[in-house]
Amino acid sequence: MTLEGHQLTIGYQDRIVGTGLDVKLQKGEVLALLGPNGGGKTTLLKTLLGLLAPKAGEVRLDGTVLSARSIRERARLIAYVPQTHVATFAFTVEAVVLMGRTAHGDLFARPTAKDHQIAASMLERFGIASLAQRPYTMISGGERQLVLLARALAQEPQFIVLDEPTANLDFGNQGKVMREIRALAASGLGVLFTTHDPNHALRAADHAYLLRDGARLAEGPVQQILTRERLEALYGAPVQMITDATGTAFIPG
Amino acid sequence: MYLRAGIDSLPHMNNARSALPGFAVAIAVLIAGLLLALTVGRYPVSLGDLIGVLLSKVGGPRGDISPAVESVIWQVRGPRVMAAMLVGAALAVAGTAFQGLFRNPLVSPDILGASSGAALGAVVGIYLSLGVFAIQAIAFVGGLIAVGIVYMIGTSVRSRDPILVLVLTGVVVGSLFGAGVGLVKYLADPYNQLPAMTFWLLGSLSATGVHDLLPLVGPVAAGTAVLIALRWRMNVMSLPEEEARALGVATGPLRIAIVAAATLVTSASVATAGIIGWVGLVVPHLARSLVGPDFARLLPAAAILGGGYLLLIDTLARTLAQVEIPLGILTAVIGTPFFIWLLASVQKTWS
Repeated sequence: MTLEGHQLTIGYQDRIVGTGLDVKLQKGEVLALLGPNGGGKTTLLKTLLGLLAPKAGEVRLDGTVLSARSIRERARLIAYVPQTHVATFAFTVEAVVLMGRTAHGDLFARPTAKDHQIAASMLERFGIASLAQRPYTMISGGERQLVLLARALAQEPQFIVLDEPTANLDFGNQGKVMREIRALAASGLGVLFTTHDPNHALRAADHAYLLRDGARLAEGPVQQILTRERLEALYGAPVQMITDATGTAFIPG
Repeated sequence: MYLRAGIDSLPHMNNARSALPGFAVAIAVLIAGLLLALTVGRYPVSLGDLIGVLLSKVGGPRGDISPAVESVIWQVRGPRVMAAMLVGAALAVAGTAFQGLFRNPLVSPDILGASSGAALGAVVGIYLSLGVFAIQAIAFVGGLIAVGIVYMIGTSVRSRDPILVLVLTGVVVGSLFGAGVGLVKYLADPYNQLPAMTFWLLGSLSATGVHDLLPLVGPVAAGTAVLIALRWRMNVMSLPEEEARALGVATGPLRIAIVAAATLVTSASVATAGIIGWVGLVVPHLARSLVGPDFARLLPAAAILGGGYLLLIDTLARTLAQVEIPLGILTAVIGTPFFIWLLASVQKTWS
């Protein structure tokens, strides 16, 4: 199963953000989307999720045009992990994860025993079962990111799309989220995430997609694509590369 | 976030096990409101007599109850108590729905224009000497139009602070509809229609009889039933729009259904009791502090608490002074300081 965008023109009512974009994500694969602020990353993400209609071209999921599927059907195939935010209401962590089951019930459905069980096992999986009854507003940023991941997995999707999953996280939690992304792909899901840190792409992704000014700069296996020259072109700023026996890292110069 | 001042300082109140005490408090308020409303007043009825009257309805007539007491309970206070409960519950449920839908703890049917829209509709109905059902229908349309305008402007104006835009739009549109109310009052017959309009705009249940209950029960029950049926989806609807859609909720149609249901119950209560502000703002907060933000528990709790709250207010309105005090004035006296307190605590935690 693949999620793919063909010759996408993306944008909003009054402006076009990017044109001629081809993206392809396979199950079991991690794709990192890199690019400077305002380059169209979030717009592309939302278009692939079906939250934003493409202005030209089409998004296909498993060969079918995405917009031909109902919004519920889509949610059972693609889950979205937004950037962590401050919630308005103090729902419990358990209630937030249970919301991931929404697409599996009809309009009036209440959460079933199975839904509760799935929510509990997702909390268990991320080691946050002890937070189940805590208000979502009262936990740390790292914990919130894990809760949103748990909610996305409770959707039992085939693909997960994450918007800057490591933003606002401390060093330790960044590592944890990167490990979880690898684990998701290992369990057969297709994962797409945006990041500002090429090292996160190197670490967690199989492929990288470099997006600047709404156009594709390069795409391919991370080891080949992420070079000093390309990153300097992508961000329009000097980049240093450090290599030793254990691997490669980039530092903004 | 804003709840930090309220339930977040009491995290144990949030889980499923401790929802029961919250409901117990709400039910206790309702029972206290019922007992006070039925016994206190110009014609005091003892608790024993009240129980006697209630039993005689079930177990056949009893000799020891005076007909005067019976008539006070069944003819005078009974319908008024029913109306107060229904109106209180309706306003509280509508406020709960609006606060969730607009992801904003400061909105209420008054602020979003539902009340002023319904008021204009109802005043036009009185001006045209229409029947109760027609007045209610016009009130409903007026409320829907006002909320629709507020929502359309509030979402189409791009701003860094959409909540502020929404609240300000509500104030502006509300004052425009208020001007409309003023115009109709100016045109109304000063001897028959004007006193009725003025009295009614301040909010009152004093003229409520049995015949007023039917047009109130129907819409309130229907609107509340729709909202309670959608309670699980309303949790998701209180998330940011794109998140809710990514979770599989068709937000557009659902939002229209929720706004229509909440406006229906608001309009029905406005058409019966006039403008009673603040209930839809204050009660949802109190209910949330009792049972938490989950709509599955919050909606019923708000309905129960709202019924009890307005019963207590209405009993105060009847007994506080020689003449009846309009309900809207009492709820404003309580609601204004509550709103200021809320604003202060929101400022503290949102920044």
